[in-house]
Amino acid sequence: MDAIRTEGLTKHYTKGFWRPRPYPALEDLTLQVAQGEVFGFLGPNGAGKTTTLKLLMQLIYPTSGRAEILGRPVGDVAVRRRIGYLPENPYFYDNLTAEELLVYFARVFGLSAREGAARAARLLDEVGIGAERRFQLRKFSKGMVQRVGIAQALLNDPEVIFLDEPMSGLDPLGRREVRELILRLRDRGCAVFFSSHVLSDAEALCSRVAILVKGRLAAAGALSELLAMQTKGWELVVSGVRQEALDRMASRFLRVTSLGEGRFALELPVEVQPAQVLSELAAAGAQVVSLTPVRETLEDFFVERVRGAAGEPRGPRHDAQVPRRGVS
Amino acid sequence: MSAVLVVAGGVFKDSIRDRVAYNLVFFAVLLMAASFLLAQLTAGQDVKIIKDLGLSAASLIGLLIAIFIGIGLVAKEVERRSIYSLLAKPVTRTQFILGKYLGLVLTLVANLSVMAVAYFAVLAYLAWVTPESVQRGWEAPATDPRLLQAFMLISVELMLVTAVALFFSTFSSPFLSAALTLAVWIIGHAGADLRALEALGASPILAALGRAVYFLFPSLAPLNVTNAVVHGVPVTVEHMLLAATSAALYIALLLVAATLVFSRRDFK
Repeated sequence: MDAIRTEGLTKHYTKGFWRPRPYPALEDLTLQVAQGEVFGFLGPNGAGKTTTLKLLMQLIYPTSGRAEILGRPVGDVAVRRRIGYLPENPYFYDNLTAEELLVYFARVFGLSAREGAARAARLLDEVGIGAERRFQLRKFSKGMVQRVGIAQALLNDPEVIFLDEPMSGLDPLGRREVRELILRLRDRGCAVFFSSHVLSDAEALCSRVAILVKGRLAAAGALSELLAMQTKGWELVVSGVRQEALDRMASRFLRVTSLGEGRFALELPVEVQPAQVLSELAAAGAQVVSLTPVRETLEDFFVERVRGAAGEPRGPRHDAQVPRRGVS
Repeated sequence: MSAVLVVAGGVFKDSIRDRVAYNLVFFAVLLMAASFLLAQLTAGQDVKIIKDLGLSAASLIGLLIAIFIGIGLVAKEVERRSIYSLLAKPVTRTQFILGKYLGLVLTLVANLSVMAVAYFAVLAYLAWVTPESVQRGWEAPATDPRLLQAFMLISVELMLVTAVALFFSTFSSPFLSAALTLAVWIIGHAGADLRALEALGASPILAALGRAVYFLFPSLAPLNVTNAVVHGVPVTVEHMLLAATSAALYIALLLVAATLVFSRRDFK
C-alpha cells in the first residue's frame, strides 16, 4: 500500500468576476509515494505545490481525479488520525500559548489533557521552544511559529507527514534541526512529503522527487535516476605550470581560472579524456593537485526542466558559466 | 461530539482572552457604574435609569462582542489560514462549525455573567444607600429578580446574532460579515415597523417588501423586555418560552445552512 497516491488529480479555479474563466492550478497529477520514503515536491512559485497539498488535506476539492492517503480517500477522518500537516507560513490562535495550542490539538486527536501536555512538552523540547512556550503566540517570531507548526504536525506520531515549505523562516540552525528531524522520521518508517524551494535540502534528504511546473508534472523519480549521476565534465587543479603552456592547450578547456600562487583550475568538457590532458600537462611540468568529476546537481536538473516546460531554450547545463577560453 | 467540545473549549480559551472583548466588558461595567452617578442628577428616576442603562449597555456590548468575535471565528480563521492545521486533523467541517458556535456562546455567556454581576452590584449598592421610604415609591425593588429574565433573553438574542455572524462568515469576508450581521440586527429590531408599513402610508409594493423582510428575517423585538422589567411589569413564562423557541429554530436553521455552505467551500 502506498502512503500517498494520486490519479489524474486536477484543480481548476475560476478567475475574473464579470467574465469568469477557468484557471488551471493543477493538471492531471499522477504520483505515488511509498511508506517510509522522503519525497520532495519541487517547483517554482505558482507551480501548484500548495494546491496539491491542499487537495491532499481536502482543504479544497478537486475538479477531477482522485487522491488516497494510506489506501483511503483523502478527507477520511480515520486517515487524518494517522497524518501530520504543516501548512505554508502557519498561523495559529494569537491568545493561546504554544503549550495550550499543542494540548488543544492533542485533544482533537482524542488524547487526554494530561497526555496532551506530556506530548506537547516533549515536542516543544524537540523543536527547540524553551520557556517561550508559556507566551501567547502573538508574541512569537516567524521562525518560532514555524517550529510550533512542526511540533503540532508531529502530535499524533504520524505515519505520513506533509510539510509545506518546512524550512521557511528558520535560521541555519533551525534548518539543520529540521533536516535531522526529517531523517529521524524516515528512520522510524514515516513517509515525509515535503514541498520546498531549497533544492539543496531536497538533494540531501529525498529519495525521490517530483518537479511541478505550471501545474503539470515535469519530472518524477528517484534522484539517482533523474540526475543519472553522469559525469558532465572534469575539474582539474594543477600547479607549477607556466601560463604559456596553458595558452597552447587552451582549446582543450572550457575555462581556466587562476587560483594564485601558480595554481590553476581547469574545466574540461566531458568529451576530453583527462588522462591525455594529464600527460600533456605533466610534460609541461605541471603537478596535479586534484581531479574531480563534475556531476549534474538537482539545481541544474530543476532549472533545465523548468525552462523546458516554460518553452525556453534549455541551453548548456552550465547556464551560470558561459564557456570562455583563455586564462583569466 | 467530543471534537465539537474540544473545538468549543479552544474557542472559549482564545476568545475569553481577546482584548476587544476585555475592553468591551470593561467599558460596560464602567458604564453601569457611571449610570449610578448619572442617576443622582435625576429626581426619583434614579433606579429606572440605572436599570435601563445597564441592560442597554449589556445588550449593546454583547452585540459588539458577538459580531466582532463571531466573524473572527470563521472568516478571519480562513483569511489567516489558521483553519488549515485544524481541518487537517480528525475534525469534520460540521464539527468545526458547531464547535466554533458553542465556544462563542460560552464566551458570550461568560461576558454577560460578568456584566450581570456588575449590574446587580450597582443596583444593590443603590438599594443600600437609598432610604427605605424612598424605596417604597419604586415600581419594583432595585435587585428585582425579573431583571434576570431580561439578561436571559439578551443571551438568547446574542446566540441568534452569533449564528447569523457565523453563517455570513462561512462565505464572506470579515468586514462584509460584520456589516451584514449588523443589518440583520437592525432589521430584526425594526420588524414591527416593517410589518406595519402599509398602515404608515407606504406604497403597496414597499409594504409587500416590508412584509417579506419581516417574515424572512428573525424578529428580535420579542427578545427585548428591558422596558417591561425596568417598570416592574411581569414577563410571562409563555413569552420567554415562545421567544426562546423561535430563536432556537432560527439558530438551528442558520447552523445547518452554515454547515452546508462551509462543507463545500474551497480554502484558496
